[in-house]
Amino acid sequence: MDNQGPRTIDIGDFRPGKPPTKVILTGALLLIGALVLFSAIFTVQPEEVGIVLRFGKFIRTADPGLNFKLPAPMERVLKVPVQRQLKEEYGFQTVEAGVKTRYSDRNFDGESLMLTGDLNVVVVEWIAQYRVSDPYKYLFKVRNVTKTFRDMNEAVMRAVVGDRSVDEVITVGRLEIEDQVKVELQELCNQYETGIQVEQIVLRSVDPPDKVKPSFNEVNQAEQERERAINEARGEYNKVIPKARGEADQVIEQAEGYAIDRVNRARGDAALFDDVYAAYRRAPEVTRRRIFLETMETIYPAMQRKILLDNGLQGVLPLLQLDGAGVKP
Amino acid sequence: MKQLSLFAILVIALLIIAALGGAFYKVEEWQQVIITQFGRPVGDPVTTPGLKVKTPFVQTANFFEKRFLEWDGDPNQVTTKDKRFIWVDTYARWRISDPLLFFQRLTNERGAQSRLDDILNGETRTVIAKHDLIELVRSTNREFVSSTGATDLEEQENIVFGRSVLQTEVLETAKKRIAEADLGIELLDFQFKRINYVEQVRTDVYARMISERQRIAEEYRSEGAGEAARIIGSKDRDLKEITSEAYRKAQEIKGKADAEAADIYAAAYNRDPDFYRFLKTMEVYTRTMDKDTILLLSTDGEFLRYMERDR
Repeated sequence: MDNQGPRTIDIGDFRPGKPPTKVILTGALLLIGALVLFSAIFTVQPEEVGIVLRFGKFIRTADPGLNFKLPAPMERVLKVPVQRQLKEEYGFQTVEAGVKTRYSDRNFDGESLMLTGDLNVVVVEWIAQYRVSDPYKYLFKVRNVTKTFRDMNEAVMRAVVGDRSVDEVITVGRLEIEDQVKVELQELCNQYETGIQVEQIVLRSVDPPDKVKPSFNEVNQAEQERERAINEARGEYNKVIPKARGEADQVIEQAEGYAIDRVNRARGDAALFDDVYAAYRRAPEVTRRRIFLETMETIYPAMQRKILLDNGLQGVLPLLQLDGAGVKP
Repeated sequence: MKQLSLFAILVIALLIIAALGGAFYKVEEWQQVIITQFGRPVGDPVTTPGLKVKTPFVQTANFFEKRFLEWDGDPNQVTTKDKRFIWVDTYARWRISDPLLFFQRLTNERGAQSRLDDILNGETRTVIAKHDLIELVRSTNREFVSSTGATDLEEQENIVFGRSVLQTEVLETAKKRIAEADLGIELLDFQFKRINYVEQVRTDVYARMISERQRIAEEYRSEGAGEAARIIGSKDRDLKEITSEAYRKAQEIKGKADAEAADIYAAAYNRDPDFYRFLKTMEVYTRTMDKDTILLLSTDGEFLRYMERDR
């Protein structure tokens, strides 16, 4: 720190001398040794498995961790991510996965347009998730496995969709399609010895082509309209009928009331008659007269004009000035 | 000692010369090799991987794939038997089964691809032209499942062969032709990858789909209106039924009660009709006569009888 000023360099110090052959030779040997050692060590990531080839021949697999092999020209390692779930997308492409995943807006019509069993057209976008279950087959049985896998996917998906109506594909058939594609795809994977395990087929979207979409929406709308019309009619029904039932019950109850009233009264009258009759039977003449007189007793005081006629008199009736009041016998 | 080191140097020099001249070659796990001497194949094909030896300078190693290889057909415009214009895209898997034959007949993969193009494209065209489009699309006569159960779309077309039969047909014929031509290759599988309508047809198909959907929509609407009308109708019916039923029941109840009452009265009064008439008359008197009634009483009558007698 003391010497802060510019340092002077004596060029004379770097004067080329006689090259020390021994040093260079040792250095080269060390370098080669280091390189050899370096190429003899390799790491396998936790999700991978290493396939070790000696002069091209498969010798052994290497587990995750630090591993050794014969140096470079003799042994070679290929790493296959057996634990990782891989995926292929059809009909769309994720450009950047994240919270708001971006998708490529390229046109994938060729991939996603397909024919349904009723010869209509649907646009199907799906994802195939898979794992490498047999790295040996994956590497050595099929060239360009990914391309093969993509071709298989397209063929199987079309075969499965081709067995269903457009209506079914778009609405109720989705789960079934996913399952069936998975099964058939796995069969094909085994047949081709791809070493691939199909984990899941996910239908991302199944839509009618854009030009036809509005008419499909119209169908949905019409379905809603149908439900609405029916519900409204049911509402009307429910508004009227329970009330009518209640009113009907009311009428019946009232009739019951009338009936009870009528019968009770009849019974009462009958009972009264029975009693009176019983008394009458005990003394008919007296009772009859008594009743008659009692009745008269109640009637006569109420009447204001009373005219007594002797049975000897004849023709008095015209003389009476009857002032319009009714004459009752 | 000196002789030994001289020998060693000699051996090393020879090895280096041999290596430079191509005495050693590496066969990868996925490769097979044909050794040629001045262009002429010698010996059996090498099909096992590892480090191999050949005569340097004069022999050449020709490497071939052992794995299954892809063949991707060009999208082809084809016409089906029912005159539909479609694009068909196919793929196949194949491998070099006899590298020697392969080397002699086709030289390399490009040669093989072009032969496969000829054979498979041709067979595809032939097979498709023999069948209706539906045979190409459907694999089975599986019943469609309807989402609503209500819409009966037009009769489901049934197939006789189906997609996989057609694929097998192409595959088998192609296999036979390849075997006849002795190309040293083997087909594993053939599949229709994509089938699509050509552009002009697609517009027609879309128009058909639209009209079909509109038909379904109309059907739904009309179904809704019909069902609503049915419900309103049954409302009216139920209403009439309920009210009339109630009326009937009420009348029955009343009638029965009246009859019962009549029976009760009759049973009681029949014991002495005369006395009943008397009693009832008395009752009626009390009810019918009021202050405005003028009473003319004759002394003949029951009531004034005693007046006359007393006079």
